[in-house]
Amino acid sequence: MKILVCISKTPDTTAKIAFTDNNTKFDSTGVQWIINPYDEWYSLVRAIELKESDASTVIQLVTVGSSETDPIIRKALALGGDEAIRVNTDSQDSFYIASQISEVAKQGGYDLIFTGKETIDYNGSSIGGMLAELLNLPYVSLATKFELSGNKAVVTREIDGGEEVCEVELPVVVSCQKGVAEQRIPNMRGIMSARAKPLKVVEPSGVNTLTAISSFELPPAKAGVKLVSPDNVEELIRLLKEEAKVI
Amino acid sequence: MSVLIFIDTAEGHVKKASLEAICYGAKIAEQLGTSAEGIVLGTVKDDLAPFGKFGVKKIHHLNNELLDHLDAQVYTKVIADIAEKIVAKVIVFSNNVDGKAIAPRLSVRLKAGLVSGAVAMPDISNGFIVKKNVFSGKAFANISVNTDIKIIALNPNAYKTTAGEGTAEIVVVNIPIDPVKVKVTGVNKTSGEVPLTEAEIVVSAGRGMKGPENWGMIEELAKLLHAATACSRPVSDAHWRPHNEHVGQTGTAIAPSLYIAIGISGAIQHLAGVNRSKVIVVINKDPEAPFFKAADYGIVGDAFEVVPKMIEAVKKLKGV
Repeated sequence: MKILVCISKTPDTTAKIAFTDNNTKFDSTGVQWIINPYDEWYSLVRAIELKESDASTVIQLVTVGSSETDPIIRKALALGGDEAIRVNTDSQDSFYIASQISEVAKQGGYDLIFTGKETIDYNGSSIGGMLAELLNLPYVSLATKFELSGNKAVVTREIDGGEEVCEVELPVVVSCQKGVAEQRIPNMRGIMSARAKPLKVVEPSGVNTLTAISSFELPPAKAGVKLVSPDNVEELIRLLKEEAKVI
Repeated sequence: MSVLIFIDTAEGHVKKASLEAICYGAKIAEQLGTSAEGIVLGTVKDDLAPFGKFGVKKIHHLNNELLDHLDAQVYTKVIADIAEKIVAKVIVFSNNVDGKAIAPRLSVRLKAGLVSGAVAMPDISNGFIVKKNVFSGKAFANISVNTDIKIIALNPNAYKTTAGEGTAEIVVVNIPIDPVKVKVTGVNKTSGEVPLTEAEIVVSAGRGMKGPENWGMIEELAKLLHAATACSRPVSDAHWRPHNEHVGQTGTAIAPSLYIAIGISGAIQHLAGVNRSKVIVVINKDPEAPFFKAADYGIVGDAFEVVPKMIEAVKKLKGV
């Protein structure tokens, strides 16, 4: 079993979001970078669990980014995974990133490709689906549970107002979210061994982008809270009905 | 030339999020001086022609029960075929579970730029620029789509539906489909429950509720308001509530008309997932809770006293 886990770097969940260059670039001053939580907590940890139950499993990590991404990929290797591949280019639009990952995937002969359900910065939820189409593979998105059964994946996925269980033959691309696994903290042994794990850097292939960011905006600030006394709850309901007109 | 809207269904009924996609797509068609057409895959229980009142002139229907469950690969091929046939220049999805699975595949197949999580109409005055949600609700990005065909996945609750007059012509499509590879073996659906991302009103609660045994009043209030229930991350991590109820940066992002947060302090990660709500009400006994800064209405008080009073007040209002 050979698994490819896609890893993205994102600003920490508490990072203050600001922009520079006339609101065309994300201001990374003082920003702490982390592994995209969906990639780390769910896809990577589930891949590690699969390796724990079958030691012959090989886990490779892939990321698209410049050398600034190396600390993130080392942290992912500290959690688990055998080796990592970094495509040496600044990530651009989803199509560009998915195309770079698909080139890596074509070389590797993977049985399983995991992505997070989305990144917490661009919220595209697109890489998994694009990758599957580029590789002509089936795609199961928004998985909440993942099991292997012989040559099949048994995946529980989100549907509106519930979940459904589906089966699909490998190889397959799966996007993971909460439920698939539980967050882990890297231990000292993992951190030490991560330094010795191979991190291969490959150059990007020439691909066009389909979209570009023209500018960013911050949402308008709220006018301020209107407080109602806890002894006058009926007044709150009246305000919601007559002033806000939402009930 | 036309605008194609993917109309998705659940158990044979058109989803509310699809109505928003239809109205949005119809408006784009109007701006581009062309017409809007819809596509429905699988068996349906609804009469499709009346959906014309939301602005679609035609609905292409491929009535094949093999399409009753989503296999994004099979769906993509069919939608691409129809899109090519009607020369669709803009293709609209709802950015819901189905849209997230299909739109990226279709983007690759048609080499069409995709904007997922759109929150406003495209600006076509200079190119084709669509505003979308980024940084999990903490900001917006204006995305320029540089391809001949454009795909937009519209966030649920981001565009208001309006019904006019009209009936859609139903075009029965009869094209062969590829073998389905993703086989659905079981469905676990909480019937009657309002899906979280589609809900107009969401009642959400956090650690302030002290334990899962105290959720009865949250559910009662939600039921009275026809609302969906949600929770904060610590609550879902502690398994007090199912993980699909977790809203916030690493859970589900929502944009209801009314979000009622009970016993949730309002960490930045939680706010990110809910700050597109039109009106936010915060009930918290701590007046310093950061959530009050993001709220429209608030009560500083103990949830165990305030929520039962809210239930009574809503009952009185609704006459039940």
